[in-house]
Amino acid sequence: MTIEDYKGVFTFAQQVHGELSNVSLELIGKARDLAQDLQTDVSVILLGHEISHLAKELIAYGADHVIVIDDPVLEEYRTEPYTQGVTAVIDSYKPEIVLFGATAIGRDLAPRVAGRVHTGLTADCTSLDIDPESKEFRMTRPAFGGNLMATIICPDHRPAMATVRPGVMVKELRDDSREGEIVKFDVAFEENQCWFEIEEVIKKVSHKIDITQAKVLVSGGRGLGDASCFELLQGLADALGGEVSCSRAVVDAGWQPKERQVGQTGKTVRPQLYIACGISGAIQHLAGMEESDYIVAINKDPDAPIFNVADVGIVGDLHRIVPMLTEKILASRQE
Amino acid sequence: MDFSLTNEYAMAQKLFRDFAQNEVAPIAEEIDENHRFPTETVALMQKYGFMGIPFSKEWGGQGCDYLTYTLAVEEISKVCGTTGVILSAHTSLGAGAINAYGTPEQKEKFLRPLADGSKIGAFGLTEPEAGTDAAGQQTKAVLEGDEWVINGNKIFITNGGEADIYVIFAMTDKSAGTRGISAFIVEKGTPGFEFGINEKKMGIRGSATRELIFRDCRIPKDQLLGKEGKGFGVAMSTLDDGRIGIAAQALGIAGGALEKTVAYVKERKQFGRPISAFQNTQFKLAEMKTELEAARWLVYHAASKYDNGERHSVEAAMAKLKASRVASYITNLAVQLHGGYGYIQDYGVERMMRDAKITEIYEGTSEVMLMVVSAALLK
Amino acid sequence: MKIIVCIKQVPDTTEVRLDPKTGTLIREGVPSIMNPDDKSGLEAALRLKDEHGAHVSVITMGPYQAEEMLREALAMGADAAYLITDRAFAASDTWATSSILAAAITKLDYDLIITGRQAIDGDTAQVGPETAEHLGIPNISYAEEVRLDGDALLVKRQFEDFSHLVRAKFPVLITALGELNTPRYMTPGAIFDAWREKEIVEWNRPDVPVDDSNIGYRGSPTRVAKSFPKTMKAPGMKIEEGVEESVEFIFDKLKEKYLL
Repeated sequence: MTIEDYKGVFTFAQQVHGELSNVSLELIGKARDLAQDLQTDVSVILLGHEISHLAKELIAYGADHVIVIDDPVLEEYRTEPYTQGVTAVIDSYKPEIVLFGATAIGRDLAPRVAGRVHTGLTADCTSLDIDPESKEFRMTRPAFGGNLMATIICPDHRPAMATVRPGVMVKELRDDSREGEIVKFDVAFEENQCWFEIEEVIKKVSHKIDITQAKVLVSGGRGLGDASCFELLQGLADALGGEVSCSRAVVDAGWQPKERQVGQTGKTVRPQLYIACGISGAIQHLAGMEESDYIVAINKDPDAPIFNVADVGIVGDLHRIVPMLTEKILASRQE
Repeated sequence: MDFSLTNEYAMAQKLFRDFAQNEVAPIAEEIDENHRFPTETVALMQKYGFMGIPFSKEWGGQGCDYLTYTLAVEEISKVCGTTGVILSAHTSLGAGAINAYGTPEQKEKFLRPLADGSKIGAFGLTEPEAGTDAAGQQTKAVLEGDEWVINGNKIFITNGGEADIYVIFAMTDKSAGTRGISAFIVEKGTPGFEFGINEKKMGIRGSATRELIFRDCRIPKDQLLGKEGKGFGVAMSTLDDGRIGIAAQALGIAGGALEKTVAYVKERKQFGRPISAFQNTQFKLAEMKTELEAARWLVYHAASKYDNGERHSVEAAMAKLKASRVASYITNLAVQLHGGYGYIQDYGVERMMRDAKITEIYEGTSEVMLMVVSAALLK
Repeated sequence: MKIIVCIKQVPDTTEVRLDPKTGTLIREGVPSIMNPDDKSGLEAALRLKDEHGAHVSVITMGPYQAEEMLREALAMGADAAYLITDRAFAASDTWATSSILAAAITKLDYDLIITGRQAIDGDTAQVGPETAEHLGIPNISYAEEVRLDGDALLVKRQFEDFSHLVRAKFPVLITALGELNTPRYMTPGAIFDAWREKEIVEWNRPDVPVDDSNIGYRGSPTRVAKSFPKTMKAPGMKIEEGVEESVEFIFDKLKEKYLL
């Protein structure tokens, strides 16, 4: 068996408590592009207990084949049974590429599988493609805390495996008329020394405010005009999965607690996205947020200093722009 | 002559710096504002052995040296002069005196808890009528059977009221002048030993500064520290060590103020440029830096002499003299270079300026330092 | 109980900057630190030691510079430190690194192995699980709570929206989250002892029972084809349009940057 004999783009469909995770669908979208370039098709590996009905959904999102392993031992995610299952599929089908979501599950399962199968695994990929000439599978990911991008290849081992960040790839439009094959795959699970029992499944409770940990911050300044306007910012923050923060003026005015203050006498933050609304951008505020990856500023005053550090500057009325932006984001998620 | 900090010192310095950033800096402004003794910080310092750095492991200390302790006081004082002096007065003065002059029994009973972080120490020499003229002690101690009976009061005592163990000085033979002074160990809670109010100060406002009031305070005979009549020597040599600690405190305050100022002048723009572009600013900063480094080596040298077991009164005096003056000089300029913002509490430099001043006064005024140095020169 | 903690010395990537002219990383003056997740792992081991008594060894694969980090671990309370270092191990990907670590670990006795979830330079989170695979022991990733219960380890394992409480028998490997705990400070005395009294065991190529085919560049299934800086920020764009146009503009920009 040589490298050339490995065929097919496979993805792992993560499901949690009977629901397919979004990333599972996004992976199929990307797998289809890769499969097209490689002139092959897309198979999706689905593990769980009493989850066969999810196979149809996977086909609707672009899977040509769904390989289902349905077994009571797979009810809750555990490393060893899932590793045995995925490894068995790989040994049987010999895929060229296997993709996983870079989730808590994916980042546990993929390396275990890669270790068992003895192949290369690339983590947290933000882009995947096939080189048009060499047909080489190229995986690109951030390194050094995001300061650098690296393109990785897996020349001599198969399958080439990658985990992909959620929210990066685009899922196809759902098409329930699509057709595909559903295969029931049986695995003789071995309860070995790597097996453990789950005592309890604990659902998550709400979290404490820590703006320094937020990936997205929607921040308000004096320009908001009134404490109640922070509801608009909260709406946008919720839509983006972020937190609300603010300037010192807002804390002094009693509109927000000090925990949310960004700036020289508040907290220093480095989110992926910082949206500054009605913040003039005094140096004391900039000192706390100018290292943000991407800065959007919305302010009525075209000369506000915040525009000097913003990647995108919008001169306009935040009271109208923010709620409309929130709606647009929520609507796009629905599609 | 290698002036660099070797591995263990560099790592210790980093430890103190991290501790200062994470634990001390966040509350520095608040404890100053509220004149509040930072019990939580002291508890952490006790937990991590910071209160026993130069004391032998035999007595529950960390087994490091004076240079390490100096680095600790410096790094902590960079962000908070208050916490720096709490550490210094405890280590050099309170615990230090017992470490140098205590009997094995006294060390077991009193030094161990100070060194291992169980208790806080203090030192009571100053009186209303005895400041620079320390020999003018009016507090009296009279031996009655198996007990010393102490009457009198001490003022401006750092850690007063918070400390558990006090090394104090009293006149045991008025006719013998300085040779009639003796040193004693007194515990908080001893009947007849009370505290005055916590003084409101210009700076280091979170540190406790209280009067010690002795009214027929009885302590066991074996709590005489050192020999009877030799107390003045105990006080003077302990103060020599304390001056290294205060010099480190001043060095830290100065260094912290300079760091803040350098950062500020790079950000602050006037006339279309950061003010760091103006030669006036540049030259002022260069002067400040040079003075800081000059002070630094006097301080580290004094600590090294201590560690080598050499006499160090003159070195300690020069270190404190220089470092305290440099602290006042640098903090004053720091406020100036911050402009109006320097006067606003939130920016921190005004507190550093208020904290700096006391380093020129306590544990021997600058004038006393000059006396010590000139006396040595003109022997 | 015998615990091995795998730790890695990394550049403090929050301090790393790109040279705008050359597009390469400026590493000068960037401090090296113990990887934060690993430090939490070490703290977890030290807490088990404090509460139940344990022997804690730290092990790292790296250049000689990593000695400083091992001394820090000793100063925090580790009992023994191992430095795996050899030119032959350089340029190893996660397969090779985990193979080397696993081989080295087979020379020691252990009940529990703790690694950090991921290193802030590589960011892969793969070495922990792969090492467990090579050793043939179970791994529990993303541990947010760890407790000894009789002769088993109770681990709260974190997922995005829920957690599992898992009871694992020894031997087991867990990967620690930074949120697991706040690591302790060193004490000054322990720092002095770590540098003056303690020995670090150095293992070179001959000391590690791993096959040549699994180490270094040749032993790595994955390779870096190229590295390049993230697209630099264009000078800020500022627009002054109507409300709808402004919203469209922001939305498109966020999509472009994968921020949605």
